[in-house]
Amino acid sequence: MFRYLIRRILWAIFLFLVITFVTFVIFFMAPNNPARAMCGGDQAGPVCLKTATEKLGLDKPLPVQYGLFLKRLVWEHSLGTSYATSQSINETIKQAAPVTASLVFGGAVCWMIIGLSVGIFSALRPRSLIDRAAMVFVLIGVSAHPVWIGLIFSYVFGVRLHITPIANYANFFGAPPDSGLPGGPVQWAYHMILPWMTFAILFAALYVRMIRANVMETLNEDYVRTARAKGAPEQRILFSHVLRNALLPVVTMLGMDIGVALGGAIFTEYVYQLPGLGRTSVIAIQAEDLATLEGVVVFATIAILFFNLIVDLLYAWIDPRIRLS
Amino acid sequence: MALLEVKDLRTSFKTEDGIVKAVDGVSFTVEKGQTLGIVGESGSGKSVTCLTIMGLNAKRTTMSSGEALWKGKDLLRAKSSELRKIRGDEMSMIFQDPMTSLNPVHTIGKQLVEAVQLHRDVTVRVAKARALELLKAVGIPKAEGRIDDYPHQFSGGMRQRVMIAMALINDPDLLIADEPTTALDVTTQAQILNLMKRLQEDFGSAIIMITHDLGVVAETADDVVVMYAAKVVEHAKVHDLFNRPQHPYTWGLMGSLPRLETDTERLVQIPGQPPSLLRPPSGCRFHPRCPYVMGVCRTTEPKLLATERDPSHLQACHLDQETKDREANKLIESTMAEVG
Repeated sequence: MFRYLIRRILWAIFLFLVITFVTFVIFFMAPNNPARAMCGGDQAGPVCLKTATEKLGLDKPLPVQYGLFLKRLVWEHSLGTSYATSQSINETIKQAAPVTASLVFGGAVCWMIIGLSVGIFSALRPRSLIDRAAMVFVLIGVSAHPVWIGLIFSYVFGVRLHITPIANYANFFGAPPDSGLPGGPVQWAYHMILPWMTFAILFAALYVRMIRANVMETLNEDYVRTARAKGAPEQRILFSHVLRNALLPVVTMLGMDIGVALGGAIFTEYVYQLPGLGRTSVIAIQAEDLATLEGVVVFATIAILFFNLIVDLLYAWIDPRIRLS
Repeated sequence: MALLEVKDLRTSFKTEDGIVKAVDGVSFTVEKGQTLGIVGESGSGKSVTCLTIMGLNAKRTTMSSGEALWKGKDLLRAKSSELRKIRGDEMSMIFQDPMTSLNPVHTIGKQLVEAVQLHRDVTVRVAKARALELLKAVGIPKAEGRIDDYPHQFSGGMRQRVMIAMALINDPDLLIADEPTTALDVTTQAQILNLMKRLQEDFGSAIIMITHDLGVVAETADDVVVMYAAKVVEHAKVHDLFNRPQHPYTWGLMGSLPRLETDTERLVQIPGQPPSLLRPPSGCRFHPRCPYVMGVCRTTEPKLLATERDPSHLQACHLDQETKDREANKLIESTMAEVG
């Protein structure tokens, strides 16, 4: 178990290096000049450009720049300052991360609730009306783009029915005083309902299909027949014998998909004007602000690697066959 | 009253190609403490017969008729809650493949304890003590240390022992063993068969032994039912079956038994394939493969009737008694000659 953990952590560090370096390289391959952005774009004077270039270290070779970036990150725990606004990137991320976390984890809870309930029910009653309806939902869910779903949702539930707000974020722990913004858990959930649903539909659809297939397959396993032959009631068979086995692959998928979903969060944040990491990185790209973009990438990478590690450990815990090997 | 009395049992499955009659009019009885062997090729309906009795077929696609009287009570018409009470308690089953028949995510101890607690209102401690007792009875070495192991930590033979322990844990009146040794290697097969025999003496359970192996039947059974293409073709005491086999299919099975004593290069085989149960052959279902086929076999289905000299020996064949006796004797003599 200990060696397994060490191996996983070393692997995570390697991945981290590769991902941050690739982001660096991609940015410098693109035709842009952060110094120019810093000096006000088209109106940039040559003196300003020169100082900015030196200040950002852009005149140094790329490996050196990358080395400096790593050094600052590891020794000072600092992601540096934004090329465009000179704000601390640590600060920017500290503000944006909770928004994205709310969206992604709340969304994951939504898609798991939908995926589990509909998936299991469809598997137990294949070809029933509900199963067929669920399969239609799956088709729509995997085909529709989140931006389109978001716009439809905000039009129907917000503009037409006035049930939910259509934009902005409410801080879970209360809004800053005097800001006049909504805050607190209730407002937070109220503002997040539409983003959660928008964000969750694609994955809910995928998970309904996956869980349905896994449960149906597991129901045909020999050990399920053994459980029946023992005289176990159906409900017990489902929970004790079928689900534990059927959901093993789902746990793995969930770990990977939360990472994938982080990418999808950009669209949802965009539609509902949530000030999360996705929106931050879109703005950073538009402003040719490598430092902020790299900051978001570093943060997202650490987060994803961390959750994958958690999922791996969780998986080893629930599947005894992995634990021992 | 017989422990289990099966009368004219029929089971069919709805498939995309049509209706498959997997069991077509099967009758037999099992007495207390006795062993009934059911022999036949793959797809002859022997497993389905027992799954139907246990009520373990998929409900959506299966239709069953006839009667399966368990201590006088018809299992086919019993409520599923009543069936559940009988399954695992009075009647239990072990399956062909021990590698997949145990749940991989639970320890064997937990699975054994579950089997007890489903039927007895006892604490985990008591149930676990009982589980340990059974694991010792089926010969798991160092059972105390292994009860909290997972199935993948056991070999195939050991897993089948665990399955047997689980089936016997509530002291059932009937144990249905569906090819319990087929997936095991030969030395383990013998061990498992001996174990089952010994346990039958200790526990007094009746056994239905489903197998395609006449050797297993000869060793374990009191009565034998030979099935071919969803029907019973011969039903006799084990001694009579091996001494006076009456059906050409049984002859074929006996002829294809491997013998250590002879230097035959190839085993005798029954020519052809078992028929499709979607469209079974007309008349006698064995006629396309039968070396003794006559005109009547193609048109008329033979009834399962007692032989003239023995009312307990049933067979379904149009051949006259004289031919049957002659052929049976020839077969017995040739095997005797080979052995001698």
